[in-house]
Amino acid sequence: MTPDLSTTWLGLKLSNPLMPGASPLVDDLDAVRKLEDAGASAIVMHSLFEEQIIRESTAQDSILDAYTESYTEAQSYFPDRGMFPFGPEGYVRHVERLRETVRVPLIASLNGTSRGGWIDFARAIERAGASALELNLYDLGADPRESALDAESRLIDLVRAVKDSIRIPLAVKIGPYFSSLAHFARELERAGADGIVMFNRFYQPDIDTELLEIAPALRLSDPSELRLRLRWLAILRGQIKGGLAASGGVHSHLDAVKAVMAGADAVQMVSALLTLGPDHLGTVLGNLRQWMIDHDYTSIAQMKGSMSLERCPDPKAVERSNYAFVLQTWRQERAQGR
Amino acid sequence: MPDRRKITVDGNEAVASVAHRLSEVIAIYPITPSSNMGELSDEWSAKGRTNIWGQVPDVVEMQSEGGAIAAVHGALQAGTLATTFTASQGLLLMIPSMYKIAGELTPFAMHVAARTVATHALSIFGDHSDVMGVRQTGFALLASGSVQEAQDLALVAHAATLRSRIPFLHFFDGFRTSHEIAKIEELTDDDLRALVPEDGVREHRLRALTPDRPVLRGSAQNPDTYFQAREACNLFYETCPGIVRETMEAFGRRTGRPYGLFDYAGDPEADRVIVMMGSGAEVAHETVDWLRARGEKVGVLKVRLYRPFDVRAFAAALPRAAKTIAVLDRTKEPGATGDPLFLDVVAALREARDLGLRADDPRVVSARYGLSGKEFTPAMVVALFQELAAPRPRTRMTIGIMDDIGKSSLPWDRDLDIEPADTTRAIFWGLGSDGTVGANKNSIAIIGERTPLHAQGYFVYDSKKSGAMTVSHLRFGPRPIRSSCLIRRAGFVACHQFAFLDRYDVLEAAAPGGVFLLNSPFPAEAVWDELPREVQETILARKLRVFVIDALAVAQDAGMGSRINTVMQTCFFAISGVLPKDEAIREIKEAIRETYGKKGEDVVRKNWAAVDRTLANLHEVRVPAAAPSGRPRPPAVADTAPEFVRRVTARILANQGDLLPVSAFPVDGTWPTATAQWEKRNIATEIPVWDETICVQCNRCVFVCPHATIRAKVVAPAELAAAPASFQSADSRLSEYKGQKYTLQVAPEDCTGCGICVEVCPARDKSNPRHKAIDMAPQRPIREQQRGNWDFFLRLPEVDRTTVRPDARSTQFLQPLFEFSGACAGCGETPYIKLLTQLFGDRLLIANATGCTSIYGGNLPTTPYTVNSAGRGPAWANSLFEDNAEFGFGFRLALDARRTHALSLVKALAPKIGEGLAGALTEASNWDDAGMAAQRDRVVALRTALAPLKDAEARRLDLLADALVKKSVWLIGGDGWAYDIGFGGLDHVMASNREVRILVLDTEVYSNTGGQQSKATPLGASAKFATAGKSSPKKDLGLMAMSYSHAYVARVAFGANDRQTVQALLEADAFPGPAIIIAYSHCIAHGYDMAFGAKQQKLAVDSGIWPLYRFDPRRPLKGEPPLHLDSGPPRVRPIEYLRNEARFRMVEALDPARFRTLMKDAQRTAAQRWDLYRQLAGVTVANPEPDKEE
Repeated sequence: MTPDLSTTWLGLKLSNPLMPGASPLVDDLDAVRKLEDAGASAIVMHSLFEEQIIRESTAQDSILDAYTESYTEAQSYFPDRGMFPFGPEGYVRHVERLRETVRVPLIASLNGTSRGGWIDFARAIERAGASALELNLYDLGADPRESALDAESRLIDLVRAVKDSIRIPLAVKIGPYFSSLAHFARELERAGADGIVMFNRFYQPDIDTELLEIAPALRLSDPSELRLRLRWLAILRGQIKGGLAASGGVHSHLDAVKAVMAGADAVQMVSALLTLGPDHLGTVLGNLRQWMIDHDYTSIAQMKGSMSLERCPDPKAVERSNYAFVLQTWRQERAQGR
Repeated sequence: MPDRRKITVDGNEAVASVAHRLSEVIAIYPITPSSNMGELSDEWSAKGRTNIWGQVPDVVEMQSEGGAIAAVHGALQAGTLATTFTASQGLLLMIPSMYKIAGELTPFAMHVAARTVATHALSIFGDHSDVMGVRQTGFALLASGSVQEAQDLALVAHAATLRSRIPFLHFFDGFRTSHEIAKIEELTDDDLRALVPEDGVREHRLRALTPDRPVLRGSAQNPDTYFQAREACNLFYETCPGIVRETMEAFGRRTGRPYGLFDYAGDPEADRVIVMMGSGAEVAHETVDWLRARGEKVGVLKVRLYRPFDVRAFAAALPRAAKTIAVLDRTKEPGATGDPLFLDVVAALREARDLGLRADDPRVVSARYGLSGKEFTPAMVVALFQELAAPRPRTRMTIGIMDDIGKSSLPWDRDLDIEPADTTRAIFWGLGSDGTVGANKNSIAIIGERTPLHAQGYFVYDSKKSGAMTVSHLRFGPRPIRSSCLIRRAGFVACHQFAFLDRYDVLEAAAPGGVFLLNSPFPAEAVWDELPREVQETILARKLRVFVIDALAVAQDAGMGSRINTVMQTCFFAISGVLPKDEAIREIKEAIRETYGKKGEDVVRKNWAAVDRTLANLHEVRVPAAAPSGRPRPPAVADTAPEFVRRVTARILANQGDLLPVSAFPVDGTWPTATAQWEKRNIATEIPVWDETICVQCNRCVFVCPHATIRAKVVAPAELAAAPASFQSADSRLSEYKGQKYTLQVAPEDCTGCGICVEVCPARDKSNPRHKAIDMAPQRPIREQQRGNWDFFLRLPEVDRTTVRPDARSTQFLQPLFEFSGACAGCGETPYIKLLTQLFGDRLLIANATGCTSIYGGNLPTTPYTVNSAGRGPAWANSLFEDNAEFGFGFRLALDARRTHALSLVKALAPKIGEGLAGALTEASNWDDAGMAAQRDRVVALRTALAPLKDAEARRLDLLADALVKKSVWLIGGDGWAYDIGFGGLDHVMASNREVRILVLDTEVYSNTGGQQSKATPLGASAKFATAGKSSPKKDLGLMAMSYSHAYVARVAFGANDRQTVQALLEADAFPGPAIIIAYSHCIAHGYDMAFGAKQQKLAVDSGIWPLYRFDPRRPLKGEPPLHLDSGPPRVRPIEYLRNEARFRMVEALDPARFRTLMKDAQRTAAQRWDLYRQLAGVTVANPEPDKEE
C-alpha cells in the first residue's frame, strides 16, 4: 500500500513534508517548475533582507541619483528608473510571477531583526499572492548594550508586529544560539508564530591573510549539521502546539525520516539541491516513499514525533547526558586505538 | 470643448508626446538638447504606449543623424509615418537626405531643438544657426516660441504635411524652450485625430513603394529634363501656406488657441515693429504689452511659418503704419548682405510693393541677438524700440553683448525689470548632487498642477561633471508666463551651498525687500560674521530678510545623507508664501509619496521626517544695522595667475562671462592651455591623507587618480631642507632611486574626493588593517596646511625622464600634463589621458572627438591640458564628433609633409650648417626621452647655425625646424565615436600606413549625452534605447582592426593590469603604422560607486568579459604569433562582475528570466570570444623568406 506522505505545515495541507528552503534556487522560474514537478510540496522563496529593503532604496538614491539633473547635456544616465524595481519591489513582482507559475503553496521569506517601516513589505508580499510568510530572525547579538532578555523581547516584538500586519500564516526561522531556546520558542508561538523553522545557518566569513580583508565565503551544509536540528525538534515537539520544520543538513531520505521522527512537520532542503539540482528533491521523495514501504509505515503522521523527547524510548539520550556519553565513548574508543 | 489636463512639462516632452502619438517609426541619434525627445519616445514605446492608431511606434537608434534621416527616408518611402528629432550638427548631417525627402514631396514632420552649429567653438545652447542652415532644402520651417506653442505647432506640422506633401521641420529654441518647464494644456488623442487628415494618411500609404504596384524613385536626370522636373513641385509650395493657415484655424477652433502664419501682437497703429521668431518673440510680446501700457505705439510680428515664406500673409500681418522695422536674427551669416530673416523681410516688402499689396517703404534694420542661448531680455527689447525711434537708427546691430571692436552693439539698461509684481520669482543656487533641481521640479508640479497658478521653471546647469552647480529660476503667477529669459529680480533667493558665497554673487538678482534663504552650517546668531563683506553689503543695501537653516544637519538627522533638497524645498514653501503653509506641507508630503513611493517606504518616511524637522530648524537672522564688517570675497583666481587668466578666465569663473566685451576674446577660438590649475574648486569634503610609514611606494594611487591630484616625486634629501613642517616624505624603496626621498602629495583644493586611490591602495597597517597608507579625511581642517605642502611639492624638481623605467610604478613619477579636469569624480577615462600626457605630453597632438573627453578637455572657462617647465605640452583640437579620425589623420599628413620638407632643406643646406649636424638631424631615429632631448638640442644648434643665413631656404627651415623632432598624433574619443558615428573614418585611417594612434575610451555607452546604447554596449546591459537589456553582443572593434594585419591593436584595462596599459601605450606610440588601443573605462552610466572602478575592471578581465591583449604585426618576424594575450582564461563567473553594476541589475529587476538568459548569453559569448583569442594567440603567421637575389 502506498503510504500517505501528506502533512500539515502552517495550516497548509501539503502532499509531503519535502520542500526547498530559502535559497537563490527559486529565483529561476525553470528551477521552480522543476522543483514542483519533482514533488516539492511548497516553495520557500529566498529571503528579502531588512537591509536590502532599507539600504537598496538609499543606495539607489545616492549612487544612481547623484548625477541626475546636474549636468547640462544629460539630466539622467539611465532609462526611466521607475521601470526598474530595485530591491523589495522586485521581490514582490517575483512573488507574483511565482504565484502564476506554481500550484503548490508559496512561502515568501523576510529576514530582519528590528521593527521598522520595512515590515510593511509583509503586506505587499501577502497581496502579491504568498500563501505564507517565513520570517528569518537572523540576529548576531553583537551589541554589548543589549541583554539577552532585551534581544529576545525585540525579536518577539518584531514577530508580533509582522503577525499583526498579515492574515496569511507566519513561520519564524531561528538560530540555535538562544540561552533559553525552549522558552524563546514558546514566546514566539505566543507572539503569533504558526510554526518554527530550525535553524538558520550563520554566515561565517573567512579571512584573507594576504590582502588583510574579510573574505565572503558560503559553505554549504552537510548531513552532520542535522544532529543539532534533530535534538531541538525532539525537545520542542512536545512543548509547542504549532508546527516545526527542519532546515539545515537534510541531504537524503534518511535525513528526512530522522527529521520527521524527531518531530518535523516539514523538511526543508537547500544545499543538496544547490549541489545536485532541483531534480534531487524527486529522488529523495521517491526514496522516502520506498523506505516507508520497506519499513511498513503507512503515513507520515504515524512517524511524526516518534523519536521526540516526549515519546522516544530513551529520552536521556536526547538530553544532556547523551552528550557526556558520546564524549566518553569517543575517549574509550581512542584509548583502545580504534 | 473637451476637458483637457493641465500639465507641467518641458518643451521636449510636450513635442515628443505629439510626435510619438502620430508616428509609426521613429529613428533617432542622440544630440543635445534634442536627445530627450528620442529617449522619451523610446521609454513610452518600451512601456507599450501606442500612437493614435493603437500601434506602438518602433523607436530605433541609428549610428549617426545621417543614418537616422536615411532610415526615416526609407520608412517614408515604404509607406509609414515617421519622425525624428535632432539639433545642430545632427541636422547638418541630415541635409542631403532632406533634399531628397522634399524633392520627392514626402509627408514628414521632424522636430528640432534649435542649437548653435559649432564654429570657432562648440556650443550646446540655443540659436537658429542650425535650422537656418537647412532653409534651402525644400522643407517647410515652422517656429514655436514657448512650451505650449511647441506642443501645438508640433501637431500643426504633422497635420499640414499630410495635406500639403511638403515635409515639415518644426523647431523651438534649444534649452530655452526644450528644457523649460511650463504649465500647458495637454492635447488629447481626440485633438490629434481631429486634426490629422486620414485621407492624407491613406494617400501617403498608397504612394508607398511596393512590388504590387512597382514604381521607381531616385532616378538620375540630365540637362534636358532635370530643370523642368524640378519646377514641377511649385504648386505644392504655393498651396502649402494656405494649408497651414487652415490647419491652424481648425486647431484654434478646437482648442481656443488660434495661430497664424504670422502673428502680430501690439498696437494696430504701431509705427515701430520687431519681426522675429522663436522664444525671443515671447519676450518681445511681453515687453510690447508693457510699452503699450506706457503709451508707446509698438508691436511684434512673430514669424511662425518661415518656409514657404508667404509674402501676402506677411504684408497683411504687418501694421500699415509701421515706419521702422527691426528684423531680429538668432544666427550669423558672416559676409552676407544680411542675416537670413532680415533678407527675407526686405525681399518680401519689396515684392509686396511690386505686387501692389503695400505702398509703403518702411525702414528695415537688422539686429542679431541670442547666439548660443545668450540672454534676450525685455530691457533689450526696450533698447531696440528706443533705437527704432531715433531719426536715423543703426542699420545693423547686435543686442545682448558689448561689441567694443565693431561697435555694433546696442546698450541696454541691465537693471530694467518689467515683470508684474504678482509674479512670484525665485532663484535657487544648488549643487547638482544635492537634488535642488529635482525638488524645484517638484515644486513646479505642486503649484502648476494643484493650483490655478501658472508656473515656469528653467534650470542653468554646469558644464562640469563633478561638483556641478545648478541655478534654478522659478516663476509662478496668475497669468501665462511669457518671460522666456532668466529672472532679473527675484523676491526669493536661496543659496543651498554656503561655499558659493565666496565664489559667486548669489544675491545679484535679489529684489529690494526680498528674502534670502541660506543653508548655513552656522546658526542664526553667528552666521552674519561668516558672510563675505559683499554679501553683507547687498543684504543691507537691499534690506533683505535673511533666513538660515543647517539643512545638512537636518537631512542627516532624517537619514538622508547630503540630499538637502526636501529640506530646502520645505523652507521655500514656508517662507515664500506662494501657498498657505499647511497646505504646502501637505502637498510636499503628497509629492514625496508620488516621487519616491517606488523607491520604497523608507525613502518616503525619511523625506517626511526631513519635512517635519525643517520648520523647527529654520530661523530668521537678525540683520545688524551696523556697517558691513565681513572679510572680502576671495579673488576667483590667485594674483599670481597669468594676465589673461586674471582678465578673462577669472570673470567667467565668477559667473560674469556675460560682461566680457568682444575685445576680450581670441578672434579664432584659440585659447591658452594650462589654466585649470588656477581654478580652485574645493569640491571634496574628504581628501586622501598619506601615512608614509606603511606606504609601499607602488604609485597605484597616482596611476588611478582621474584628476592628477595625487602625485609622487623622488628627490634628493637636500631638496626637502626648506619643506613645510607638515610635509611628508620617506626613504625611497625603489632600487633605481636609492638614497633619495619619496614623497606623495595631494592637491587639496583640486581633489574631487572620489576615493578610488584608497580603494586601490594595497598597503594596510598590519595591526589595524582598516587603516591604509591612504585614508580619506575631512578636507577643511587640513586645507590650508596641505595647500602649502602642495605648493612646495610643485616646486620640487621633476624626475629625470631618462631614469624612468617603462613600468606602471616608475612612469608615475612623470609629470602629468593633464590635470584638474571637470570630469566626474572617479572617472575611468581620464587616467588613460593623463598617462598619455605623462609618457608623450611634450610631443603630443591630440585630435579629440566630441563627447565627454572634449567637454572636460576643452569646455571653457579652464583647460586641463598643461605644459612642462620648458613650456611644452599637448596641443589639442576638437573638430566634430563624426570626423575625428580623419581630422587627426590630417595632423599626421601635415606633420609628415613638414618633416619631409624640413629634411630636404637640411640636406640642401648641409654645406652651410655643417654636414655633421645635418647628418645627425636627418638620421635621428631614437625617439625615447634621451633621443628626443638630443634631437631638440640639435634643432637648437640648427637654429644657431641658420641665424646668420639670410636666404629664403634658411628662413623656411628655421620655421620648419621643430618638425625634425618627432611628434605623436593621438586620436582620442569615446565608443560612440569609434564604434558608431566615426567608425567609417576610423576604419579608413586604420587601413592607412600612417603613424596615427587611436585611443578609444570605451565606456560602452554614450556617456556625455546621458547613457544611450552604442555598438560597444555589452550584451545584457540596460541603456537608453536598450531598456530591456541589449540583446546583441558588443562589437569587437579590436578584432576588426586586427583583420587588417598591419596595425597595432591592444585592449587594456588599467584597473586589471596597469603595467600592460603602459606597455601598450609605449608600443603603440613607437609602432611604424596605425595603432589602436581600446581602453576599458568605467563610468557613472554603469551605475555603481566609482571608487570601485578599478576593482570592477579587474573583475571584467578575470571573468573573461574584457580580455587583455596586444597585437603586433611585427611579431611574426620573430617567429611569434602577432596576438599576445595578457590575461588568462576566465577565473571568476561573469555574474560576479555583472551583478555589481546597475546597468545589468536593472534588467534583472525588470525581467529576471530575461536577465538570466542574457547572462547565459553573455557568459557564452565571453567564453567563445576568449577561446577565439586563445586560438588566434597560437597562430604563427608564416614568415616568408626574403627574395633570394638572382
